[in-house]
Amino acid sequence: MALKRQVRVGNQWMYARDAWRTLEEARRVAHEEERHERQHELPFLRKYVFSTDHKVIGLQYGFTALCFLLLGFSLMILMRLQLGWPGHAFSVMKLIGEMRAPGGVLLPEAYNQLGAMHGTIMIFLGIVPLAVGAFGNYLVPLQIGAPDMAFPKLNMASYWCYVPGGLIMLSSFFYSGGTANSGWTSYPPLSDIATHGQTFWLCGMVFLITSSLLGSVNFIVTIIQLRAKGMTFMRFPFFVHAQLVTSFLLLLAFPPLEAAAVLQLMDRLAHTSFFLPTGLVVSGQVLGNAGGGNPLLWQHLFWFLAHPEVYVLILPAMGIVAEIIANNTRKPLWGYRSMVGAVVFLGFMSFVVWAHHMFLTGMGTVISAFFQTTTMIISIPSVIVLSALFISLWGGSIRFNVPMLFALAFLPMFGIGGLTGLPLGLATADLHLHDTYYVIGHFHYVVAPGTIFAMFAGVYYWFPKITGRRLNEFWGKVHFWISLVCINGIFFPMFMQGLAGVSRRLYDGGIQYAHAKSIAEQTNPFMSICAIGLLAAQIPFLINFFYNAIASLLGHRNEIENENPWHATTLEWAATTSPPLAHGNFHEVPIVYRGPYDYSVPGAASDWIPQHHETEAAPPTGGGMLPAVAVAQREM
Amino acid sequence: MDAHAIDAVADHGHHEIAIPFNVTPRPDTGVYNAKLGIWLFLASEVMLFGALFSSLILLRTGAPSWPVGKDTLHVLPATINTFVLILSSVTVVLAWANLRLGDLRKGRIFIGITLLCGLLFMLIKAYEYSLSFEHHHFPSTNNFFGIYFTMTGLHGLHVLGGMIVFAYFLTFGSKMWKTEPARFTNRIEVVGLYWHFVDLVWIFLFPTLYLL
Repeated sequence: MALKRQVRVGNQWMYARDAWRTLEEARRVAHEEERHERQHELPFLRKYVFSTDHKVIGLQYGFTALCFLLLGFSLMILMRLQLGWPGHAFSVMKLIGEMRAPGGVLLPEAYNQLGAMHGTIMIFLGIVPLAVGAFGNYLVPLQIGAPDMAFPKLNMASYWCYVPGGLIMLSSFFYSGGTANSGWTSYPPLSDIATHGQTFWLCGMVFLITSSLLGSVNFIVTIIQLRAKGMTFMRFPFFVHAQLVTSFLLLLAFPPLEAAAVLQLMDRLAHTSFFLPTGLVVSGQVLGNAGGGNPLLWQHLFWFLAHPEVYVLILPAMGIVAEIIANNTRKPLWGYRSMVGAVVFLGFMSFVVWAHHMFLTGMGTVISAFFQTTTMIISIPSVIVLSALFISLWGGSIRFNVPMLFALAFLPMFGIGGLTGLPLGLATADLHLHDTYYVIGHFHYVVAPGTIFAMFAGVYYWFPKITGRRLNEFWGKVHFWISLVCINGIFFPMFMQGLAGVSRRLYDGGIQYAHAKSIAEQTNPFMSICAIGLLAAQIPFLINFFYNAIASLLGHRNEIENENPWHATTLEWAATTSPPLAHGNFHEVPIVYRGPYDYSVPGAASDWIPQHHETEAAPPTGGGMLPAVAVAQREM
Repeated sequence: MDAHAIDAVADHGHHEIAIPFNVTPRPDTGVYNAKLGIWLFLASEVMLFGALFSSLILLRTGAPSWPVGKDTLHVLPATINTFVLILSSVTVVLAWANLRLGDLRKGRIFIGITLLCGLLFMLIKAYEYSLSFEHHHFPSTNNFFGIYFTMTGLHGLHVLGGMIVFAYFLTFGSKMWKTEPARFTNRIEVVGLYWHFVDLVWIFLFPTLYLL
């Protein structure tokens, strides 16, 4: 008996000794690998500028896009100053040159330039690169357990098409004729006969389209081909599904705009008449072109891109919000499968709604009725996703940290944006609302307090992943609350203005029209003050962001504490370090055993089980009863 | 899984990170990465040319009169060009087939023939353009010539792009054969798919512009 026991103890000691040896061995190997990696240190240019690593490219995209967002916002501040106090001189206007603002008073032509560039910069240079190029690039390979994107060099080429595209567009600011000034939609015939800034716009656009084409091919191949073992489609985090659908939209919707851009370039440079009707009179003279073209052709081609583009703007945002809500409610997403089905359906439908932007072009009641119907149908999947996210909150013990606050604010803000879109989708109501401030209010609610808030949520949530440091919570909350109040102060009055019939694109905000004068005078200064408040609210964010980013670069990081500060189950947090391995992301390729949101699993030791953990680890501690809702949830 | 492991081993001592299924097909999807990538790229190209064909239809149906291609364009050179491109589609398949059989020499001959076919197509196209210019037919003449020059010009750029890739594989690019023959063969297959698509676009352009 005693002997047996002794043997057992001896065995245990042997096991312990073996385990110790294995540990030593692992440490030695890790050390070796680290040395190996240091030997392979790339030269500066290849490591940070022409990098093929998806994490570096993601950061390049993110930083560039944030700069563009700030620039686009600054242009809008100048416009809001003019709208709030029309005709007043502001010394800050002198920044854009005496030519555009003599004596600090913005000229109407310059106002049009700022408007066109604000829209273009925000959408094509700001949000899409941030949502897809930055978040998608950094996170998708990590979330699916891939060492990198499928085509790393193509990934680099994608970023380096985006940068010149943006620079070409911006360079027209320094051109004497100014930038494009025909709105972000560039409707002909106006854009066909506009100053040379429009040519810069079109050339820049061709680069940007090429960039997103390369990116979208890369994303789809990566997601389909490079999934780790066990990572089936229904085990994807919702963010990956959102990125996959987004990539398909970019892949298939952008080429028609490229075709349209080529046709418009031909109109402008080779003097064709694709978009110019016969006998067009410009400045009192008949234009000497062949004619026979159709301005509506541009609108069809443009909106065939630009409607799916709306979903390109919103889907990654939904993905980010879904990740953060699941994590901070410590519950699986409610209705994950229906959410996935909804975004796929939404992707398909987004290709057959484009002409609801064109109800006033006289295309006929039958076609209007068709697009009105499809538009009503496409609202259903959005409502499914939003409802599922709302219901996910039910019964959770919610952690109100900064990312969660932004994610929670996304829900009602996107709700307002989405629901105010319904009257615009109905042809009869659209007759009144078309081209008023109501439209501006609608899509800004979707994109600004909707998408941009989701982007902020993502920045606060994944900052520790990238830097090994957390952003300051207090200043994050200051940033959040002031932004939330101010952004509503800007956009909510737009609905009132629009219902009163105030037209968009008015240089003086509408005070020259009797029906618009009173509401414009009542609301415009307040909205402009809110816009300045919103700008001020970004200061704590910028300081918080750069202070911590620089501190991280200087080596002040706590990688162990911040390896998984939110106790997240998905691979990007659970299966690698913060920041992840520069060379191939993971020490070893994880194998996936479970769905993305195994939070509060009944009977499990902790309230989260990483996707790559095969078992539910240790037995439950304390035997705490889980909320009945969470149990029911898991059985659904 | 094994592809992961094999690539991870192959990765040792390289700057580049080994991407799984770069050469061998992923078992559950049945394709290697670049093959899926090129199909997606071609889907996007379908949308590009689809938009242009739609524009052609819209402009034509909206026009009070529309020139008939066979009276205003030069059908003979275009017909010859059609056969040149079809021939090049055959030769690019032969190039790939010979590489699959391990015969680099024959493979390169067929890549060379394909490249020459592309060059011949471009020369005939240039001759045809010059005939049009002699008749004072320019893009600005009317929308028929506008869309004709735009679409054939864009198609020509695609041919040129393919030629550059073939020239690369005939020269510097074929070095890969020594180290990774399977990957090189895949590359020819992928560019071949693209080349077939460019051929197919012409098969649509020819009757639409020249005959109808």
